[in-house]
Amino acid sequence: MLVKAVILIGGNQKGTRFRPLSLDLPKPLFAVAGFPIIQHHIEACVQIPFLKEIIILGYYGVSEMSQFVGEMVQLYKINIRYLQEFEPLGTAGGLYHFRDQIRCGNPDFFFVLNGDVCADFPLIEMLEFHKTHRETQKAIVTLMATEATRQQSLIYGCIIENKENNTLEHYVEKPSTFISTLVNCGVYIFSPEVFHQMANIFNKKQMDFYNVENGSSIEREALYLEKEILMPLAGTGKALVYQTVKWWSQLKTPGAAIYANRHYLNLFRERRPERLAKSVQPTIIGDVYIHATANVHPTAVLGPNVSIGAHATIGYGTRIKESIVLAHSRILDHSLVLYSIIGANSEIGCWTRVEGTPCDPNPDKPFAKMENAPLFNDEGRLNPSITILGNNVTIPSEVIVRNSIVLPHKELTRSYNNEIIL
Amino acid sequence: MKALILVGGYGTRLRPLTLSRPKPLVEFANKPMLMHQIEALLEAGVTQVVLAVSYRAEQMESELRAETDKLGITLTFSHETEPLGTAGPLALAKDILAAGDEPFFVLNSDVICDFPFKEMVDFHKAHGKEGTIVVTKVEEPSKYGVVVYNDQGRIEKFVEKPTEFVSNKINAGMYIFNPSIMKRIELRPMSIEKEVFPCMANDAELFAYELQGFWMDVGQPKDFITGTSLYLKSVREKNPSMLYTGPGAVGNSLVDPTAVIGANCRIGPNVTIGPGVVIEDGVCVKRCTILRDATIKSHSWLDSCIVGWKCVVGRWVRLENVTVLGEDVIVKDEIYINGGKVLPHKAISDSVPEPQIIM
Repeated sequence: MLVKAVILIGGNQKGTRFRPLSLDLPKPLFAVAGFPIIQHHIEACVQIPFLKEIIILGYYGVSEMSQFVGEMVQLYKINIRYLQEFEPLGTAGGLYHFRDQIRCGNPDFFFVLNGDVCADFPLIEMLEFHKTHRETQKAIVTLMATEATRQQSLIYGCIIENKENNTLEHYVEKPSTFISTLVNCGVYIFSPEVFHQMANIFNKKQMDFYNVENGSSIEREALYLEKEILMPLAGTGKALVYQTVKWWSQLKTPGAAIYANRHYLNLFRERRPERLAKSVQPTIIGDVYIHATANVHPTAVLGPNVSIGAHATIGYGTRIKESIVLAHSRILDHSLVLYSIIGANSEIGCWTRVEGTPCDPNPDKPFAKMENAPLFNDEGRLNPSITILGNNVTIPSEVIVRNSIVLPHKELTRSYNNEIIL
Repeated sequence: MKALILVGGYGTRLRPLTLSRPKPLVEFANKPMLMHQIEALLEAGVTQVVLAVSYRAEQMESELRAETDKLGITLTFSHETEPLGTAGPLALAKDILAAGDEPFFVLNSDVICDFPFKEMVDFHKAHGKEGTIVVTKVEEPSKYGVVVYNDQGRIEKFVEKPTEFVSNKINAGMYIFNPSIMKRIELRPMSIEKEVFPCMANDAELFAYELQGFWMDVGQPKDFITGTSLYLKSVREKNPSMLYTGPGAVGNSLVDPTAVIGANCRIGPNVTIGPGVVIEDGVCVKRCTILRDATIKSHSWLDSCIVGWKCVVGRWVRLENVTVLGEDVIVKDEIYINGGKVLPHKAISDSVPEPQIIM
């Protein structure tokens, strides 16, 4: 048996909702719970038996990704490669373009994981499911699916499942009216036969390109996984639905990073307890990750759900809660950080308060996901959100920065409330 | 000599503090507001003080009497059955005030300054007329009623909220009168500023004495805090040994000897800390009044606030923008209060990011 995994990470034109955190760093490399977002994907993948290779697919420059990939190869002792699309090819165009790379070695199956989701990925169970059901169904793909609320389902790919044989009955991407509360998680297992399907669609596009007048407006090489692959497979019995009840969320906004941080830290408690800080001084509350090179004063109180990056300095009598503090940041004495992301190389003065408003899922609704609230409300005012400091931001002593977004390389001189500081 | 202090009503402008204690007993710079005036009057030779109050407050009467007994001052309460304004109380206390032929003082109770009572007496006796009122210079006279007077100090007229500049001197709420003023005053609600002074000015019987140094009406929290800063500046000039010089001292502050201050704090500028107060480690307080037996826990930051008696302010709390905590308020850890007025005995467990009253 041979299994591969492909992680789709997109490129600079994507992930703009993650700004300002994605301005200086590819979003997939942003550290959540102490580790780059897609390292969590990689960790889930390396658990899969017979997994021989992980391919990271996107259109970030190779130079932006090479160091990370090198580190991952060393750490997990597995083949990991970054393949760069020459231009954005849609959600499946890259897979098709690099089909030979994926097919080489004759894998029996390959996973495809969207880079902008976070989850307790049940990949091994999903593979077992795919293997057992494929025999009877001749399926070439299994989709991971999860329950959402009726109202929130509209922003996802909605799935109708044939409950008798777990096949995909119907699929609609972001429907305008309610279809189903079962939604696509952006995690798939494909059998290599899927490339035949892709080839058919790809070739048809080429025909169109040459036959239709003014065909240059057609995206020749782009392929869309949801619309062009999954939707035609609905009702054919060739697509299976694997439903999970484990934690899953999109990771499109910085607010989601705080939410994902909490959940990944919580998973560490179960599976990688050695990664969580345990100490009396500094005081640790709940799940906290502190990088080995961070310098935390014994009087600090951290947690719950805090990640402290490499070489960060956390001063005397500081308090940090539900926040991500990135590498080389300095939080000076007596300061408080709540529901915030502190960018790399930033500095927060003494007795300063940096505070955001969480945008967690509604705890009173089953299957509720995070509300991806727009940046501005109907009156044109900023919606309260977590506070985000971009890289290399300086906040003076004794001020409060609340529900605000500070772009990189900025030196503030006063307090801010509900503002975007360019 | 004698003095009448116009205490008046419930001091609603200084709520929520005055919900727990009558205004004259609220400590300004660690001393009940009224005692600042009474002690200064004593120095100027006053031995009998009448307090004009329009409500009964047993607590105030017994506490103040205990204080004035120590000083050897006779204290009388003149109770109004209906509010008599600023002139009516003189008529009510006529028997005491006009008993001899000596001039007497009349003071508004909310005023804090370097009280110039001796100088007032000298000035008053020198011009020999019926009344002297203290005037003070303000930056924006258009907000007040201004006093126009000649080089000798004889008042010519009063102009209410002038639209163009006529004077920058306003009535400072401190007067000295001859007993003959009583003929102008009736026992009814009456305004001394509107109904008595203009007549006296017409009769050339009213003079203005210019106050030197600071002056503040501290009847509301914002001015209470500003007044504290001005008062402490004056302490720095006149009596610097009173000021706090312990660890973390910045600028002018008064700290009661029974207060405990932790390590790595920053105290000041312009802070007063009352008896029995506990300031834990790593606290920063500036422009604040912390009243008796309050506790401020570690790493909190307070600017421009009044913390009421027995309050407990948690760790990493931020209080600012004229936040006033009434008596026995508990602020939980990590809370932010911006301009909140918190009524007594509340526990605050959610932040108050915009100014509001918390019932």
